[in-house]
Amino acid sequence: MSELLQFLFSGVTVGAVYALVALGFTIIYNASDVVNFAQGEFVMLGGMITWFAHAAGLPLPLAALIAIAATAALGVAMNKLAIEPARGAPVVSLIIITIGASIFIQGAAQLVFDKQIHSFPAFSGDDPIRIGGATILPQSLWVIGGALATFVGLWVFFTRTLLGRAVLATSNNRLAAQLVGINTNFVMTLSFALSAGIGALAGVLATPITLTSYGVGIGFALKGFAGAMLGGMGNPKGALVGGFAIGLIEAMTAGYLSSQYKDAAAFIMILLVLFFMPQGLFGRKSTDRV
Amino acid sequence: MLTIEGLRSRYGRIEVLHGIDLRVDSGEIVTVVGANGAGKTTLLRCLSGVQPVTGGAITFRGETLTPVPAYRRLRRGLAHSPEGRQIFTNLSVEENLRLGAFLFSDARVEKDMDDAFQMFPVLKQKRNLAAGGLSGGQQQMLAMARALMGRPSCLLLDEPSMGLAPIIVAQIFDVVSGLKALGVTVLLVEQNAFGALKIADRGYVMETGCITMQGDASELIADPRIRAAYLGI
Repeated sequence: MSELLQFLFSGVTVGAVYALVALGFTIIYNASDVVNFAQGEFVMLGGMITWFAHAAGLPLPLAALIAIAATAALGVAMNKLAIEPARGAPVVSLIIITIGASIFIQGAAQLVFDKQIHSFPAFSGDDPIRIGGATILPQSLWVIGGALATFVGLWVFFTRTLLGRAVLATSNNRLAAQLVGINTNFVMTLSFALSAGIGALAGVLATPITLTSYGVGIGFALKGFAGAMLGGMGNPKGALVGGFAIGLIEAMTAGYLSSQYKDAAAFIMILLVLFFMPQGLFGRKSTDRV
Repeated sequence: MLTIEGLRSRYGRIEVLHGIDLRVDSGEIVTVVGANGAGKTTLLRCLSGVQPVTGGAITFRGETLTPVPAYRRLRRGLAHSPEGRQIFTNLSVEENLRLGAFLFSDARVEKDMDDAFQMFPVLKQKRNLAAGGLSGGQQQMLAMARALMGRPSCLLLDEPSMGLAPIIVAQIFDVVSGLKALGVTVLLVEQNAFGALKIADRGYVMETGCITMQGDASELIADPRIRAAYLGI
């Protein structure tokens, strides 16, 4: 029983990271129908820049803030330099551009930082909290709290604010969005900034547990993508549930089967979703009449 | 109010507007009629800024419009209800209307929405439904209502009658002619020349990217060449 609880704790922790990555996917997808495969690099940068700034002597909270701001700025630059010039290209081309950006960021990080594995201290110490025979790290609570807070923030943004609806409108019909006065370029810029900032936040929160290096991005991107697919691409609630679900499935696979199969779990989920439920759990079925 | 001089536009290497001259005065309903492919939709797309202009000038309320990006033209008072309606299909009817007033967040937004529901009562019944599930006529009504939510002084209206049943067309043309009373100037593009000329003050005939005739709507409707070519009489 305590074993199951232990697996649950670890699943929820890594699930929260995947949920944050999936939320990042959701924002850019909502604004542009593009799946941004550089999302994982934002997570990597969040961790690496925080480590770098902290190692250079800055206090941890400041280093984390700098990492999030710098990554958000990089997201904006990526949109301006790589996505915006390809305006009008098919979505598939844009997705391939994001894969290119991902490889580029990874290579640049390798040069700017280094190839070592890094970490920085957990925010609230390393003493595990005992619950029912299992233990959870205080940092896990930070990760879970961060994912939930981000979700609530985004949910309010998309459903309760005019700017949030403008993002949805831009994704639904860019032409019409311009005609009602929405600056669609700004919406795209905002989406990339938000998305990159959330990715970096995931990296900041997770690094004390998962450690970081220049190459961790792709794994986060694929797991987060699996979460977003499972929940239904474009739906923040789906991203949250899907991310946690992938984390739990992974932890259970590692615990009860073999930790060697842990990474396969997410990919098997992607395949199952594509075969049997392409809309995902919360994806909305399109019902357009013409 | 709106003056167009020598307007040219092209898709790739093919020029589709070969120097259009056109004028819309404040308070008028002006219609541009012509066959499919004449360039009517392109003309409106140039006016709202979503189609690049390669020559000529557009002046709206004394300001030159050409360098103004599309999303800023509604702020100047120019709204466009585009071809194919282009509503936000996965948002609700009410959200579509609210986004029509994206530029505003004052108390008048509520009032404008009530007015829109009064103009098209069927939209009120469906206010919480996804707009993509509306019928063609209802989508057209929503597209017009959304454009009006932006408080335009001039409305560009592209083929509101396209693909609709005659009874709905009549209803929509009624609303268009009623816009005058609301102080909205209208530039209406139509293939349904008879219906459009009946409610318009003046009209232009467009053929393969050029204006070939112009005049008072009542004169055009009586012109034997127009009757033969466009009215099927």
